[in-house]
Amino acid sequence: MSMKASTRQVDGVTIVDLSGRITLGEGSVVLRDTVKDLLGKGQKKILLNLGDVSYIDSSGIGELVSAFTSVRNQGGELKLLHLTKKVHDLLQITKLYTVFDVKDDEAAAIGAFNH
Amino acid sequence: MESTLESVNRAEEMADQIAARVGLDEDTRSGVSMAVREAMINAVLHGNAYDPGKRVNVTFEQNGRELVVTISDEGKGFVPEDVPNPLAPENLLKQSGRGIFLMRAFMDEVRFRKLDPGTEIILIKRLQSSGLERQEAST
Repeated sequence: MSMKASTRQVDGVTIVDLSGRITLGEGSVVLRDTVKDLLGKGQKKILLNLGDVSYIDSSGIGELVSAFTSVRNQGGELKLLHLTKKVHDLLQITKLYTVFDVKDDEAAAIGAFNH
Repeated sequence: MESTLESVNRAEEMADQIAARVGLDEDTRSGVSMAVREAMINAVLHGNAYDPGKRVNVTFEQNGRELVVTISDEGKGFVPEDVPNPLAPENLLKQSGRGIFLMRAFMDEVRFRKLDPGTEIILIKRLQSSGLERQEAST
């Protein structure tokens, strides 16, 4: 299953709805290009909705980390929303769960950005 | 198998099917598939560097007590002990270096053997059931 990404704006926050697998190859590239494009347009408050992401491999984890540091280095914020159990467990064992700001509720996540 | 991303995906699918056949539960199956995917990425990307002239050999074997997956490449090889710990604070935000850690997290045992040329990774998952089955992937 290929990766799909669509973006929407809510209260100055760009929500990226991702679906599919973030894995070596197309999935990782879609995520990388999407974040790069948003930063290029000056959209630095990014909420990645992973609710429909069924699977992430080490390459996908690397892309999430890379997106996080890229956004932060440009003075922005990147948060994660709606992790599936599989993705949640993966971030736990790689000790990245506490690195990312992970939210379960979209409205609360948007409110948590510096406005 | 060829040194392509398609081979990585195919080996992962085979691992999932075989793990189901030997009776592993869904969570364990998912972990085994991920370990196989990571070992394949290691072989195809870091080992053979997508070189069309180099092959990856994948073997699934059930000996009754264990599911053993052996993946070998023809690359320049590496020293597993030299791979930095991805959980160390200074490495947490690195983009790569989590593959071997994930293999070890999801399998009961992970062994590395130096070939000439290449590397063989042996992934072992202990089972409760008995039986004997051997499958080789070659395309």
